[in-house]
Amino acid sequence: MDQILGNIGLLIDYPVVNLKIVLDGVMIGALFALAAYGLALVWGVMNVKNLAQGDFVIAGGYVSWWLVEHGFPALLGVPVAFIVMWGIGWVIYKLVISRVIERDLFTSLLATFGLAIMMAQIMNLMFGSDTQSVDLGYPTLHFFDGFIDVPIAKLIGVLMASALAAGVIVFMKSSRMGQAIRATAQDARAARVLGIDTEKVYAFTFSLNSAICGAAGAIIVMVWIIQPFYGISYSIRAFVIVTAAGLGNLPGVIAAGLGIGALEQYGAHIFGIGYQQAVAVMLLLLVLLYRLIQQRRNRQVLK
Amino acid sequence: MNRNKTILYSLILAFTIVAPFAFPNFGTQLATLWLMIIVAITWDMTGGQMGYNSLGNIFFYGTGMYVAALITIGLTYDVGDYTSAAGGGIYEFTDLEYFGGMALGILGAGLFCSACAIVIGWLTFGLRGPYFAIGTLGVAIAAGELVSNWEWVGGGQGIALPVYPGDFDTGKTYFYFLFAAVGIGAFLFARWLYGTRFGSAINAIRDDEEKADAMGIHTLRYKLYTWAMAAFFVGMAGGISAFQLIHFEPLETAYQTINLGIFMVVCVLLGGKGTLWGPVVGAILFHLFKEVTWNYLLGWQWVALGALIVVTVVYFQDGVMGWLVHKKPEWFGIRVEKKVASGSK
Repeated sequence: MDQILGNIGLLIDYPVVNLKIVLDGVMIGALFALAAYGLALVWGVMNVKNLAQGDFVIAGGYVSWWLVEHGFPALLGVPVAFIVMWGIGWVIYKLVISRVIERDLFTSLLATFGLAIMMAQIMNLMFGSDTQSVDLGYPTLHFFDGFIDVPIAKLIGVLMASALAAGVIVFMKSSRMGQAIRATAQDARAARVLGIDTEKVYAFTFSLNSAICGAAGAIIVMVWIIQPFYGISYSIRAFVIVTAAGLGNLPGVIAAGLGIGALEQYGAHIFGIGYQQAVAVMLLLLVLLYRLIQQRRNRQVLK
Repeated sequence: MNRNKTILYSLILAFTIVAPFAFPNFGTQLATLWLMIIVAITWDMTGGQMGYNSLGNIFFYGTGMYVAALITIGLTYDVGDYTSAAGGGIYEFTDLEYFGGMALGILGAGLFCSACAIVIGWLTFGLRGPYFAIGTLGVAIAAGELVSNWEWVGGGQGIALPVYPGDFDTGKTYFYFLFAAVGIGAFLFARWLYGTRFGSAINAIRDDEEKADAMGIHTLRYKLYTWAMAAFFVGMAGGISAFQLIHFEPLETAYQTINLGIFMVVCVLLGGKGTLWGPVVGAILFHLFKEVTWNYLLGWQWVALGALIVVTVVYFQDGVMGWLVHKKPEWFGIRVEKKVASGSK
């Protein structure tokens, strides 16, 4: 308890520490937001709750790591992971996801959970259970007498994440396929009647989600570490963000992603690093309870 | 109960009693099989019969472990001293302290888990469908993380309980019969429950909760009681596991979300959701599959398990019992009009 109070006191005595925590949180939150956006897309368009989301992220990270191990430049990892994960996502869609779309939501939840177990274990067998990361070799910038250090690699990561998010937004707004995806999300049956090949839209959406996750993973491996079994924590964060922001609300997803990144860093600072995972999960429960109370006021339940 | 059923039940009971002596090398396996049957039956009480798919029933297993261990230790020693010594050998338990503590601990674990189910259920039963699954999964993961940071109960190290006083093989048989007793209790309880008015009420909740509510069923109360009953058995099973395993730690053994926590769901789906025998059949099949893959596919066993989950969920969701009901409805007392009205084809 004393330690917790001491940590809070530190935040008040040295306001600059807050800035550091928020910066760290926002940088990592940008990547959570990407994975969460993919989840919101799949959830909204085809009503599939993908618990393997985090494992797509980790798989993308390993693609990038494998490239660097074989002598390719690190920044190439992001586009390559995007493409490779697109393919993997398409295969998974054809084998599993296409058969659970029409079913109840628990089916998709459980099927993707099984998928998550498989993917984590296959990565474990292929790459080993050590934590891995890619060192870009860029220097670190220091501000405020060394209180705040911003590695340039993280800045690049955030920039790439923003570029990717912007690209996806423009694509969804203006391209023909983006329109078709949005139409299918609104009413799949009407979209079919109007001549949209919804099967193709579903396959495209799931592959796109997988590719976004892969690219996010390729960025994460540059600024953080990955490990075959870290996937579930990204899945949980993606669920927290989407549950908090709601579907089809991209600004909300980004804001929630950044906010959760920052809150998690605060939690880790105040309670100790051992609680970081617990903070993420507690946030999920708090968000669910908050939504529940909100719904109960209208005599509704969270479905 | 007709004659065939009596014979069937007697045969199963006889096999249950003979099994640990007939297959002495598989004592621990058979005990684990009973554990799977217990968690599958209790999962089906909420998942299959009431339509609330919990992914967090493992919370009661882990909590049961800790409560049973803490009661046993706390009756004789100071818990903080005991856990900080990490089983360092200076703590002796007499037979009375061991068995008395175990009896109280296992019972206490069941009761405490029931209380937990009431509290957690009161908070989460407003969530429906997948939200309930995610919410309960979150509860289980959060509990594991919090317990692993709680030094008083041993933190990430977990707790080491005293070893069974006596012969090693006798210990194995002893724990087998403990699990078997709870398993038979859970089965008979479920069998009785599904035949009562209460059973019909929870089935009504599964089929249409709004209508059940409108018909005057106090749905929240029914849901809480059902989960509390399920939690009672899971908590007791967890308590027995704590003594059987001797040493356990929070993340991999007690709150093993992705192992037992998901296995119980797969067992039920494999056997057939919402049937009495489904969870039992599913648990046996799943346990066999798991042990065979563990032995012959070392390294790939998790991939095989994940594949089994995906295949079961995607292609075979009605399970063995659902398939049997479809193929042989007369076995279940369902009469099907064989003659299809002409012209309807």
